[in-house]
Amino acid sequence: MQFVDEFRDQAAVIAAIQAIRLRASRRWTLMEVCGGQTHALLKSGIADELEDLIELLHGPGCPVCVTSTERIDAAIGLAQRPGVLLTAFGDMFRVPGSQMSLAGARSAGAAVRPVYSPLDALAWAQRNPRQEVVFFAVGFETTAPATALAVLQAERLGIKNFSVLAAHVCVQPAMEAILGAPDNRVQAFLAAGHVCAVVGYRQYAELAARYHTPIVVTGFEPYDLTIGLLACIEQLESGRCDVQNCYPRVVAEDGNPSALRIVSQVYETCDRDWRGFGLLRGGGLRIRPDYAEFDAERRFAMPAEKAEEPGRCRGGEVLSGRIKPTACAAFGIECTPDRPLGAPMVSSEGACAAYFHYRGLRLPHSAAPRQVQS
Amino acid sequence: MSEREPIRGSAAEGLACPVLNDGAGERITLAHGEGGRAMRRLIADFIRPRLGVAAPQTLEDAVVLPAIVGPPVLTTDGFVVSPWKFPGGNIGCLAVYGAVNDLAVRGAEPIALTLALILEEGLPLTVLGEVLDSAASAARRCGVRVVAGDTKVTPRGATDGIFIVTTALGRLVEPSPGGAGLIRPGDRLLVSGPIGRHGVAVLAAREQLGFCPEPLSDCGPLLPAMNALRAALAIPRAVRDATRGGVAAVLHEWAADCGHTLAIDERQIPVSSEVRGVCELLGLEPLHLANEGTMVLAVPPEDCDAVLQNLREQPGMEKAALIGEVRPRDVVPVVVRRALGREQPLIEPVGAPLPRIC
Repeated sequence: MQFVDEFRDQAAVIAAIQAIRLRASRRWTLMEVCGGQTHALLKSGIADELEDLIELLHGPGCPVCVTSTERIDAAIGLAQRPGVLLTAFGDMFRVPGSQMSLAGARSAGAAVRPVYSPLDALAWAQRNPRQEVVFFAVGFETTAPATALAVLQAERLGIKNFSVLAAHVCVQPAMEAILGAPDNRVQAFLAAGHVCAVVGYRQYAELAARYHTPIVVTGFEPYDLTIGLLACIEQLESGRCDVQNCYPRVVAEDGNPSALRIVSQVYETCDRDWRGFGLLRGGGLRIRPDYAEFDAERRFAMPAEKAEEPGRCRGGEVLSGRIKPTACAAFGIECTPDRPLGAPMVSSEGACAAYFHYRGLRLPHSAAPRQVQS
Repeated sequence: MSEREPIRGSAAEGLACPVLNDGAGERITLAHGEGGRAMRRLIADFIRPRLGVAAPQTLEDAVVLPAIVGPPVLTTDGFVVSPWKFPGGNIGCLAVYGAVNDLAVRGAEPIALTLALILEEGLPLTVLGEVLDSAASAARRCGVRVVAGDTKVTPRGATDGIFIVTTALGRLVEPSPGGAGLIRPGDRLLVSGPIGRHGVAVLAAREQLGFCPEPLSDCGPLLPAMNALRAALAIPRAVRDATRGGVAAVLHEWAADCGHTLAIDERQIPVSSEVRGVCELLGLEPLHLANEGTMVLAVPPEDCDAVLQNLREQPGMEKAALIGEVRPRDVVPVVVRRALGREQPLIEPVGAPLPRIC
């Protein structure tokens, strides 16, 4: 498959791993920002292969995971109102709120429907004019253009029964919070390739210089990841702290100007509560007053309820790179993908889920791979 | 109610019972499930002719069958697929193949089938006709007769168009696969064709994902392949059609039954480019997706080549492949070797696969 197979080529990946081995004079601590990268690094075995030379701290780039319990409760509250259909990406369904998940709410009679795109939610609203259709807009800058587009389409088509519960988050304030923390251990970042596809990477230059930390824009296939890691190691070994693009087939320096234009037309930055970080200045996007009629928060008077994060879940520390998922006492025992205590165990980008699926039951050496032969 | 008063069906359709005709064609009414004349005529004039030669002269509530030689094998299955029609089949052939495949993989030859229809009020008769035609054609292909049936109609909204429950009776023909309990270390694991096709076809049809080319379901019979294996005396230790939960679910059930570790190699698993493309886009695992005409086999190592060769001679199974082997029990019940050569636990699917955020 074009644009996939060549970036999974085993020989190319092994060559890049060997190049890292040759270049690294010591063990470095890197953070991959995006949860998709965490999963790919563990699933491909690259994280294990380089464990002696690279300590990977897993970053906050799982929008499902950083969405606060309050926000999930608010979505469930909307879904439980008569006449409201709540739509969301499938990832959100099993994420626990303070009382239940969206999937649980649906079992109990709430109207919840998974969609593949906010435009599907809009089409649903168009077909069912008597139903209030709300799209639970979770995601980084990657998904914000699609929800902005849905709002613009709704306005253009005069659809009055569609609104968005915005839970969008912006990744750079979280990177800044990590670097600025007194106990920060991150020496270089693999920046999230798909976020950069939208926002570009020009804005990282100041951050890289201020904290003297290399930032390497990196993709998601095994070869992309090894090349990103190699670039980080090269910079660290030579004392540089540049912003470097190792995902040029997808990312341009200025991102995607059309996408950015519609995002800034519909959204404005706001402070947002992140799980694991607390209130992040400029850490979220909310709908501008011009589009208030499409803002579910304004449309449905929603009580501002404070929800406690689940006490036994250390997901916040995992998300900020302070602990590894396996350091949590509940990991794999009290907390599994079937019965998650927190979002990182159930999201397809969550670090706990990645450890559970790909590493939590690490194979003993006796089970070393053998060739299957007939 | 006056607008929707049941009227007589058109003579052309030959259906002399009350049906709704709202201009969009004739539809099922609650009367069709209430045991009176409407139901009798629906069965006699519409259902029975469509089941064609596969149906006997009388469609009884209970039927007496000739005595059979050998142990009887019985299976039952409910079908609620949405949408009712998908590229590569519809709920009618699915209901027949689903039940007959369950018999086939257990080593049984099908004898008779019952078909219970649960219809939603307002279902277009054209839909019912298409479903029945497809079921009849599948039954003919499997050489099995529909011997009894039932029809119920639920009020609008209580059923999603059409549900079908099939029960299939067969007789065990020796030699037959012994079952997962007999699987032992050294056995080879095979699949009969590219995996995940039904799951992707239904997903794409349900969500109208608009892929081109449209992914096709593998919905089809496993009986010819099982007959060929028996004729060649290449008898697997265990066979299972990898329906809901996909190949991963079968492997997990087998690992629990036999107490060994099942190890597969991702690079050897056949996956069509359509399925792969959909899985890449939506973040799905082909091993977790449903199949409806693809089976997993565990075979003794010495029979592996013969089984593979026989499978590959079957139409649609040209891509049958060896995907792994059985090992003494390790800490992990099912492992998959990923593309870069590393082994990882293969997780059991949790519920239905859901689309990813990005």
